[in-house]
Amino acid sequence: MKIAVCAKYVPEAGGRIDPQTKRLDRSGEGALNQFDVNAVEEALKLKEASGEGEVVIVSLGPARALEAMRKALAMGADRVVLVSDDAAAGSDLVATSRILAAALEREEPELVLFGQQANDSDGAVLWAAVADRLQRPLISQVAELTRENGKLRGKRQTEYGYDVIEAPVPAVVAVSDAINEPRYPSLKGIMGAKKKPQETVSLSDLGMDAGEAGEGGSRTQVYALNDPPARGDTVKIEDDGTAAEKILGFLLEKKAL
Amino acid sequence: MKTLVFLEDHEGKLQKDSLGVLSKAASLDSEVEAVLLGADVEGLAGEAARYGAKRVHVMEDVLLAKPLPQPRVDALETLIRAEGFDTVLFAATVLSADIAAALAARLDAGLNWDLTDVVLDDGKLVGKRPALGDSVYIDVGWTSEPRLALIRSGTFEPAESGGEADVVRFESRLQDFSLAAEMVEQAHEESEGPSIEDADVIVAGGRGLGSPENFALVEELAKALGGAVAATRAVVDAGWYPYAAQVGQTGKTVSPKLYVACGISGAIQHKVGMQSSGLIVAINKDPNAPIFEYADLGVVGDLHEIVPKLTELVRARRAA
Repeated sequence: MKIAVCAKYVPEAGGRIDPQTKRLDRSGEGALNQFDVNAVEEALKLKEASGEGEVVIVSLGPARALEAMRKALAMGADRVVLVSDDAAAGSDLVATSRILAAALEREEPELVLFGQQANDSDGAVLWAAVADRLQRPLISQVAELTRENGKLRGKRQTEYGYDVIEAPVPAVVAVSDAINEPRYPSLKGIMGAKKKPQETVSLSDLGMDAGEAGEGGSRTQVYALNDPPARGDTVKIEDDGTAAEKILGFLLEKKAL
Repeated sequence: MKTLVFLEDHEGKLQKDSLGVLSKAASLDSEVEAVLLGADVEGLAGEAARYGAKRVHVMEDVLLAKPLPQPRVDALETLIRAEGFDTVLFAATVLSADIAAALAARLDAGLNWDLTDVVLDDGKLVGKRPALGDSVYIDVGWTSEPRLALIRSGTFEPAESGGEADVVRFESRLQDFSLAAEMVEQAHEESEGPSIEDADVIVAGGRGLGSPENFALVEELAKALGGAVAATRAVVDAGWYPYAAQVGQTGKTVSPKLYVACGISGAIQHKVGMQSSGLIVAINKDPNAPIFEYADLGVVGDLHEIVPKLTELVRARRAA
């Protein structure tokens, strides 16, 4: 089975928003979004179970994102396709889903996997927009994924408990971070990652106009950045061996016992 | 403003957050309309009217019986195009987030999500979105219509404003790919087990516990404090603890006097379920865990050492 994993390059340590551009400041160090690592792991497991196929990482980001995507290659993914184009900066959900769908259409995978969310935007919605553009069935928030008789079967949690959804391939599936424990790349994997195919493509390579991406292709905007509402005092302490006593003292002081 | 609110139902009842969003929308647009989609949902229109809807659009189809997003996208696309809504609001749930995002792609419409407020500023709709672990609040807007928005769960309380609504039936074609996914088991509200919603003290465990066996540490502390045990989605999904004990967006919303979080990073999905607790104590080995941003007392350390010690101290105190 050919599987594409949509992966995001995110700033390390949470990031900050640039007050000038009102966009996430992406100038610092970056990494593969931790929630996407679960999707990579699940793709590798499905490939191993079927004994054949390919795992392709598809990402949209700056040129240096390629380096972060090597982690997925070191884990065992086969190659990376990075869409990188200055005109794509500042793309919102509508524009991002358009670009990813174009990159995925070029690959024609049987399964497109997403991680649960991006740890820099808390957004957990992109997969549904991509599934709609690709006109494929969708299963989201999947905590358990199996494949039987050519059908995918996903167990997922909602506000009411657990649903089980089945879908034929080609399909789009978003996995929860509880679905697996991602493997650590082996030394051999890390050494081999650099040699695996890593392709950078532009919007025009995907047959897209610059106006379909970035601000021109987006339908939302940011007006202003504000401080969060004031909250009560928070105290943070390091355990020096007396943390339990300090917690007890705090509970007594607040009359919580 | 021509506003539509998507109403989600479960087992014959309207979801509370949907009614909260409808109430809020009614305060912005006195002619607000709502939509119900399902196999047998027209009977819920009266309740929608009590919370402010002036018209309720209803599509009943056996293919809409299960709470799957994709056929609902087709139905909403038809309705929004036919009626010309400029604003469509959703209370964020697992189902509605998928619907709203797909609809954004379908209509080439802007979607702002995780909003904790929507206001009219000189006639312009502005959403308030906390970001980066709620450390910054962003004012967001839309550059075209329709404007789509997902409201964070628990944001608006339902408020009855009385009234009657016209019920308008509509039909829509459903696309083949929208009907390809099939729900073979559907979740039901669990009514068994002790309720954590009424507890004064809750001790909660997350993935930082390291293994399901370590929930014993949490249970012992809860027992010593006379409280109940709760869990995060990650450990419930992993099968470490039952769903009935889950706190967060897809679990229970609790507001005990004391909430002790053990090995919980405190992502937004968890925060929305417990942020109104009286006193929050967090123990986590990661000094950058978001929970330290809103815990009254945050302890950076190894819970496997701290929690048993604390249990002993509380027991000794209680015995004295």
